Amino acid sequence: MSEPAPPMQQRARSASSIGIDQVSRRFAADAVALDDVSLDIQPGEFFTLLGPSGCGKTTLLRLLAGLDQPDSGLIHIGGRSMQGVPPHRRSVNTVFQSYALFPHRNVRENIRFGLEMQRLSAAEISRRIERTAALIGIDKLLERGIDQLSGGQRQRVALARALVNEPDVLLLDEPLSALDAGLRGRLQIELRRLQRQLGMTFVFVTHDQEEAMVMSDRIAVLNHGRLAQIGTPQAIYEKPADEFVARFMGHENLLPIKKSDATGIETPIGRFSGDFAEGAYLLLPPQSLILHRLDQPAAPDCIEAVVDECLYRGGMTEYRLSCSDWPLVATLANQGRPGPAAGDRVRLEVVTRAAAVLQAEGDG
Amino acid sequence: MPKLARDTQHLLLTVTPGVLCILVFLVLPSLYLMGMAFLTNGPYGLPTLPLSLQAFRELAGFGFLGWSPGNLYTLLRSVWQTLLATLIVTLIAYPAAYYISTRPARWRALMLLAVVVPSWTNQVIRSVGWMNILAPGTPLADFAARLGFIEPQMGLFPSQFAVIIGLVYNFLPFMVLPLYAAFEKLDMAQVEAARDLFASPLSAFRHAVFPQTLPGLMAGVVLVAIPAFGMYVVTELLGGGRSMMIGNLVARQFAQASNWPLGAAGALIMIAVTLIGLKVLRNLGRRLGGDREVVL
Repeated sequence: MSEPAPPMQQRARSASSIGIDQVSRRFAADAVALDDVSLDIQPGEFFTLLGPSGCGKTTLLRLLAGLDQPDSGLIHIGGRSMQGVPPHRRSVNTVFQSYALFPHRNVRENIRFGLEMQRLSAAEISRRIERTAALIGIDKLLERGIDQLSGGQRQRVALARALVNEPDVLLLDEPLSALDAGLRGRLQIELRRLQRQLGMTFVFVTHDQEEAMVMSDRIAVLNHGRLAQIGTPQAIYEKPADEFVARFMGHENLLPIKKSDATGIETPIGRFSGDFAEGAYLLLPPQSLILHRLDQPAAPDCIEAVVDECLYRGGMTEYRLSCSDWPLVATLANQGRPGPAAGDRVRLEVVTRAAAVLQAEGDG
Repeated sequence: MPKLARDTQHLLLTVTPGVLCILVFLVLPSLYLMGMAFLTNGPYGLPTLPLSLQAFRELAGFGFLGWSPGNLYTLLRSVWQTLLATLIVTLIAYPAAYYISTRPARWRALMLLAVVVPSWTNQVIRSVGWMNILAPGTPLADFAARLGFIEPQMGLFPSQFAVIIGLVYNFLPFMVLPLYAAFEKLDMAQVEAARDLFASPLSAFRHAVFPQTLPGLMAGVVLVAIPAFGMYVVTELLGGGRSMMIGNLVARQFAQASNWPLGAAGALIMIAVTLIGLKVLRNLGRRLGGDREVVL
């Protein structure tokens, strides 16, 4: 960090790594929440656990907080084994999905709870509260009751209550899911900036793939308690490991590969020549499909399709197409020219550079 | 007759029956009682004029033979026995309510029913039941005698012990139910948040569980302590002269001693003590609950 460090930035030095080694957790014989998950989180990383509800992401977060114990496997935080360490002996704090603020305490009393429990001196407590409240922008709310706060304000108080303890790791369990879209977007940026500024390890849980991509250094995608893929947002979006990850990241153009040989692959919409990896599906992200009107000069290697529906999305229009009876989705930036309409025939240019080959679900 | 606005008509129609009930069955009798307390007890056992403070003087212990502390003892004993019974009820009901609230749904209903069903039986019958359990020669009495708590051949009743048992047994459901309601909607996330914020299990209970159950606890205390303070049947049947409560004193003045002004004065004192108790409870609730109103 080049700029002069404000007091809280000194915490960057103690940001902790997390090691999760073959961790499993089952709640009943047939309800496996986590199945043999191993992953490592770097100190100071913004790490996101992404997946649909019931995929085990919140369970994993609870194991890190110490609110639940794994049935097997080991968890290390900052190199120290967490086996048998109760939540109040871990330098880990959580922002809960429901915020879980104490309604019988006002904002200041909520924030000071963790400091009181650690028996810090009164001077240190008020110093930390003032600093954190200023950092989060709630210094005007300190004397308010919890029931006098808006959703966004509660979210900030919950964040301040966790951050004021200056933990080695901050856990966030879908902290933004209850907020409306605009506020949510602003807080995403703010949280990201805060994490960079503090250099603290953040483990963030969400089911929203866009939120995960915007905020994270790395993402782990979980499916039915198993780790489906781990990587940077770009790697996960552009090179999803399997069909599940691709669909969860919002991809719709997945073409089953019928035959593949040294010179190319065969799909329901035609043959693509090139050097492709082995796999079950060809993924064509929207940016790999370029739409041309029939009357425009044709590029080589184009395939024909019919427009079924046009969905106006502001900056771009989404076209739902049929290509040899196979549904495809392509987009076109709205640049003031009239685009094709429903029923029009179009040509599709496939940029195979931007395409990816992926495995069937669970094979990856 | 001037035409009333529709709203006013509705108001009169809906509120009048309630107001009349309160007026006829609460306000008027209370005023009657209040007036009675300031009358003089006549030679034939009937309240007569002139107005005087004679009843209150008698209640404080001033009789023909000079001052005796008997009535004051009765009042203090009432307070003491009420506090003790309420404390024991709370100690039993708090863990019980928590336990019931954590059972599977079908068990919860059954266990709550088990708590409530005994109170559908008449208080007298239940007290007689306890007489049979605590009487001389019963296994329980023999056991207590062998441990040296009572003389051999004596029973566990009549005694203050039996009165406390009777009070606890009678009022347990009134503490279990509101506490159960509080535990059932307990926000476990708050408890986990406390644990996450460095609270030991005991501190988490103190700071995250107890405050959430405080309104239920306060409701239970009100529901148990007020009727226990006025208890008459249980003390009459299970207690001897040394465990008499103020309810018995009042009843005796109307039924046997024919000193209605004294009985009325006793009843007024009961109301006063109850109001003071509520005020104390309210202040306590405010202190424990962080300035939130937990008692109405």
